[in-house]
Amino acid sequence: MIWQLDLAILTLIIVTAIAAISVKDLLGCAILFGAYSFLMCLLWAIMAAVDVAFTEASVGAGVSTVFFVAAVFRTTRRTRD
Amino acid sequence: MKTVGIIIVFLAGTLLLYATQDFPPWGAPDSPASTHVSPRYLQRAMEETAVPNVVTAVLADYRGFDTMFETTVIFCAGIGCFILLRVFRQRPEDRYYRHIATEITLHVKGGRIPNKSSEFERIDALWTPYDLIIKTVCRILVPFIQLFALYVIAHGHHSPGGGFQGGVILGASVILLAISHNMRTAIDRLSEKADNLLMAIGVFIYTGIGAVCILLGAGFLDYRTLSAVLFVDDIMARSHGIFGVEIGVGITVMAVMISIYNNLASAGKQDEGL
Amino acid sequence: MSELIPVIVAKYNYWLYIVLMMIGLYAMIAKNNLVKKLVGMNIFQTSIILFYVSIGCKKGATIPIIHHGIHAGQHAVDPAHYVNPLPHVLMLTAIVVSVSTLGVALALAIKIYNRYKTLEEDEILARLRAQ
Repeated sequence: MIWQLDLAILTLIIVTAIAAISVKDLLGCAILFGAYSFLMCLLWAIMAAVDVAFTEASVGAGVSTVFFVAAVFRTTRRTRD
Repeated sequence: MKTVGIIIVFLAGTLLLYATQDFPPWGAPDSPASTHVSPRYLQRAMEETAVPNVVTAVLADYRGFDTMFETTVIFCAGIGCFILLRVFRQRPEDRYYRHIATEITLHVKGGRIPNKSSEFERIDALWTPYDLIIKTVCRILVPFIQLFALYVIAHGHHSPGGGFQGGVILGASVILLAISHNMRTAIDRLSEKADNLLMAIGVFIYTGIGAVCILLGAGFLDYRTLSAVLFVDDIMARSHGIFGVEIGVGITVMAVMISIYNNLASAGKQDEGL
Repeated sequence: MSELIPVIVAKYNYWLYIVLMMIGLYAMIAKNNLVKKLVGMNIFQTSIILFYVSIGCKKGATIPIIHHGIHAGQHAVDPAHYVNPLPHVLMLTAIVVSVSTLGVALALAIKIYNRYKTLEEDEILARLRAQ
């Protein structure tokens, strides 16, 4: 629980979250969501929540991102906002 | 809509920020979340269940009902995706075939050539070339990924892990096969009927262990009574009961992840995709 | 000002979690695209899970796996040395429920795209009214 590391990763998480909802390309949105998920997993590992970090790494950064990419493949990739 | 959104977000944010003044400071060991039930779990988990990983012990034994209904929720999500997306009756549509000897691509409208024909191979409509390096490396990697996933499920008593994590990694190994090769290759390996059956078998194992505990004379999911069936003492019976339900959870989670991916990537038709 | 510093140091992380929650909530309300709304929903869910896990944290405590040596017998377990495991258990369920919800929501988005050929909310509403 080193507070400098915590603060740095939290700032990166907020930046990634704002970027994930602002890009105009849905594939980029899905990949940024995967990066956000990885940073969350890192934060929980720092807080000694190892089971939750393991689950988020496999579910959020693994399978969830693949579901998003599959759905973007079947619909459209461009968006207006 | 954006101004309404900003106003709502500001109001909700201010309300929540005002509420933080009652929170205990971060990391205090006497905060209300850590003083009522959880010290009892930490002190008694090792001597009552012989499982050092307290999170697994609480998840599968002390709060076993929650995990059973969570497995049911995952199963319902798999069934929901199946019902929403799956289309069965397919009108004769356009297909693309490639003659292997001369590498001519045919566009066949309406008819079809059987999939196992030795002169023609079927390629997807949005065809991306399947690379030989990617195919070979992923084919070699898949058994090792599955071995690691089985290790995660079985070692959940002593290290971080357990049923969910191992099940997701098992599902990811078959999804890797579907991405690197063809979706038809992955469906040949694990057919849709077997996948749907596995979804139900996992929930059945979990509830079945609970029902066996009732048949042996105690309450639902009370693993101590399993000592009559397994011929060990009460504490080890609880440890084995936890392992049994973790297996059930792992099977269901694997099958649901594969099923949701197949339905999403092919929009229900299960023959082409990504 | 100097009595504000201990307050900030003790509670800054809660404020950052609330900022993250509000980002997710804003994306769910104000964005037009359906997939962006789903990304906002997931950001909201993971930020609430982050909040719950953080209230189980203790200063100087280790992961909730009990030390058990080979030679020693059962030591008395001091709960202050281990992180509170109860929020972890509840949040494991929450993570898995969130991925299930995401699967069903993406299936609905694909069905809507098949029917209306667009994923923007205002275009869908216009085509609904025009029918």
